[in-house]
Amino acid sequence: MLTGKSLVAVAAFGALALGTAVPVAAATPKNTLVEAWTIDDMISLDPAEVYELSASEVLGNTYQRLVAYDLKDVSKIYGQIAQSWKVSADGKTISFTIRPGLKFASGDPITAADAVFSLQRAVKLDKSPAFILDQFGLTKANVDKMVVQTGPMSLDFHMDKAYAPSFVLYCLTSTVGMVVDKKLVMSHAKDGDLGYNWLKTHYAGSGPFEIRQWQPNQDVVLERNPNYSGKKPAMKMVIYRHVPEPSTQRLLLQKGDVDVARNLGADDIKTLKSDANVKFEKGTKGTIYYLGLNQKNKYLSNPKVDEALKYLVPYKSIADTIMGGLVKVHQTFEPDGMLGTLDKNPYDLNVAKAKELLKEAGYPDGFKVTMDVRNTQDITGMATAIQQTMAEAGIKVELIPGSGKQTLTKYRARNHDIYIGVWGPDYQDPNSNAQGFASNPDNADNSQNKTLAWRNAWAIPDLTKETDAALVQPDPAKRATMYEDLQQKVLDKSPYVIMFQQVEVMGIRKNVDGVIVGPSFDNNLVSGVVKH
Amino acid sequence: MTELADQEGRRGALPPLFGRILRLAVQLAVTLFGLLFVTFLIGRVVPIDPVLAAVGDRASASTYHKVYIELGLDKPIWEQFLIYADHVLHGDLGKSVLTGRPVLDDIASVFPATLELSTFAILIGTCIGVPAGVWAAVRQGKLVDQLVRVLGLVGYSAPIFWLGLLGLLFFYADLGWVGGPGRIGIAYQFDVTRITGLMLVDTALEGQWDAFWNAFSHIVLPGSLLGYYSMAYISRMTRSFMLAELGQEYIITARVKGVSEWRIVWGHALRNAAVPLVTVIALSYGYLLQGAVLTETIFAWPGIGMYLTNSLGSADMNAVLGATLVIGATFVMLNLLADLLYTLLDPRVRRGQ
Repeated sequence: MLTGKSLVAVAAFGALALGTAVPVAAATPKNTLVEAWTIDDMISLDPAEVYELSASEVLGNTYQRLVAYDLKDVSKIYGQIAQSWKVSADGKTISFTIRPGLKFASGDPITAADAVFSLQRAVKLDKSPAFILDQFGLTKANVDKMVVQTGPMSLDFHMDKAYAPSFVLYCLTSTVGMVVDKKLVMSHAKDGDLGYNWLKTHYAGSGPFEIRQWQPNQDVVLERNPNYSGKKPAMKMVIYRHVPEPSTQRLLLQKGDVDVARNLGADDIKTLKSDANVKFEKGTKGTIYYLGLNQKNKYLSNPKVDEALKYLVPYKSIADTIMGGLVKVHQTFEPDGMLGTLDKNPYDLNVAKAKELLKEAGYPDGFKVTMDVRNTQDITGMATAIQQTMAEAGIKVELIPGSGKQTLTKYRARNHDIYIGVWGPDYQDPNSNAQGFASNPDNADNSQNKTLAWRNAWAIPDLTKETDAALVQPDPAKRATMYEDLQQKVLDKSPYVIMFQQVEVMGIRKNVDGVIVGPSFDNNLVSGVVKH
Repeated sequence: MTELADQEGRRGALPPLFGRILRLAVQLAVTLFGLLFVTFLIGRVVPIDPVLAAVGDRASASTYHKVYIELGLDKPIWEQFLIYADHVLHGDLGKSVLTGRPVLDDIASVFPATLELSTFAILIGTCIGVPAGVWAAVRQGKLVDQLVRVLGLVGYSAPIFWLGLLGLLFFYADLGWVGGPGRIGIAYQFDVTRITGLMLVDTALEGQWDAFWNAFSHIVLPGSLLGYYSMAYISRMTRSFMLAELGQEYIITARVKGVSEWRIVWGHALRNAAVPLVTVIALSYGYLLQGAVLTETIFAWPGIGMYLTNSLGSADMNAVLGATLVIGATFVMLNLLADLLYTLLDPRVRRGQ
């Protein structure tokens, strides 16, 4: 009697809990694009502060800059809010003219005052990306005199030196150069914050979409901007949902509850290849995977050892098998899609050759080192594979796992032996990576300039000079040659084993067209998306 | 708890109720202060540069220095702690580095998600776990007992990550019985007015029954899964409490008097087993309310577990401390609740003997 009743109760509750056949609507609305994406890095929506991948992409779809580059041919720069520009004879001033008739999403007209305000504001707020503008000699103190309005629709951008115009323009294409609505932002300014506390979570731009809502770690919602000057998007809404787990993203995509899955793993991609409802969109991104070899370590400071290590990475099997096509082999420090990229991958896994080099270095039996490894699936997978091949040449690598911030803290303190790192350019110009990999103005422990070369304690006065020289070369073709030369030198002899370049792969429902995977993180664009 | 009450009754210095409230207040204050202090220290000891977490890898030296000063890291640790504690006493938990928002706002947005999921789970865990445990005890050694034990063992030992994915694959992707990851479908997302932050409650209050059922279809799977885990524990504990009670002399007396078996089990034995059981359930609920990081990750459930883990990984100490405080306070509150229930269930406690 007792057991019978309990049984019924248990069964009934179980059925209620699991079997509630509530009709669950799949398929997203026709006029809405839904993406499953990991967006927990997002900390701000203010162009003067945004530096994170996800927020950059959101801004790329919602703001406009003075100038932008052609996604298919990055060497072509065109005016977005600027109609034209002119470089002065001494090369120290660029004068911009604003395109007439443009409006912000708020309905306010776009004038030179907005552009001047945006650039001055970014320098004055001095958030993470401000250094991109500071490179031209702009400081909080002088920016009012360096970026000046010369008419209702014109402005001058002064610099302390005659930098290569291509360098300046590329820098202005980054998110920190985005133009914000001065009137709207200043109406929310408080205690001299230039509207910072408001814009951090709000929107004041002129792009194809406007940002309607951001709930940290939950979602970002974009809505079509009725005042956009260009071709109006077909989508009324774009929703980025925070879905941290790749397998969950895959299930959502397969089920049709999202249109795009952004962070699929190698296994998920393999599974989805047989799904008739799913296709893929790929694009190489600027992110470079490399090993940083600390020159403070007695073994690693030997150039023969560094060269040997370049022969001890199973490049192909990592790219194809472990990463499942999410990276491609790339061994120079400028990624594909950058001015002056050197397309050369001379190193391959060759244990015999590495052993020979180690013998010449005086370590025929190898040695012991540690490697700091960020505890994400991709980095851990790579590190484990490299550990195995290095062991074949007698090098015992001890892997030290840690969170991204933890390993980075150690790297920046130069306390590592080998650091397996990921590096992306700050803006679409070769100078960004050259500054990182091939410049070290001060190798002292208390240096203010913690470039990658500094972090690996690599003193390179000559290369630093060459990097600086490329910065002021006005002729783009000559400039490109200078970067090719720098890359060749770093490829031949450096404390880096540069291994891969990231390939971004999006899983997309078959009925969705027009998702663009651009070369940089801020130009994965959705304004041209249509659904059939 | 019962011991405290006993001692108090003997001393008789304070009226029992008043004394208990006072004790509780002191207990609460000491617990939370201790929690804060330890968490604060951990945050300062982890090998992560909190400035780096705030400004990113590429910030200039001047930006770095500015934030270093803003975060108060130039001051000695004890001073940093005192400043923080002072802010907390004034209701200011500070700003999160990761989300850029006040920690209080963040917690107000993530905690209801966890609360809803945990409550759903503990209801399932209790409603199935207690009868299953009673049943197993009554049928000790029989097939039913073995079955409950095996089910409990599976619940204990199967990794929730795996079960969660399997559940999604089966009930969501294949059968389509339940909603997928997330708290509610896209179609309803913008229609729900936030009142309590609990989806089921908010939709019900507004009478949006379509949205209610949609939210229900989303919570069913993660809720049942977590419920299964607490059920495993609750049923094992119920079984052993019941076995202890069923062996007592008053049960034999009741049987001799001819009391029905149903009444003996549910009326007498369970009534007495319920006292320690309340603590077990309250503890299970407390653990659930810390947020189940893995479940939250798989089901894209924006709860406090994920928030706390993310924050800790980035040394976002304001967020970590704020979340710890809330979880700590919840634990203490649950203790209080269990304590109050004791009074209702156990006449001895009520009389303060």
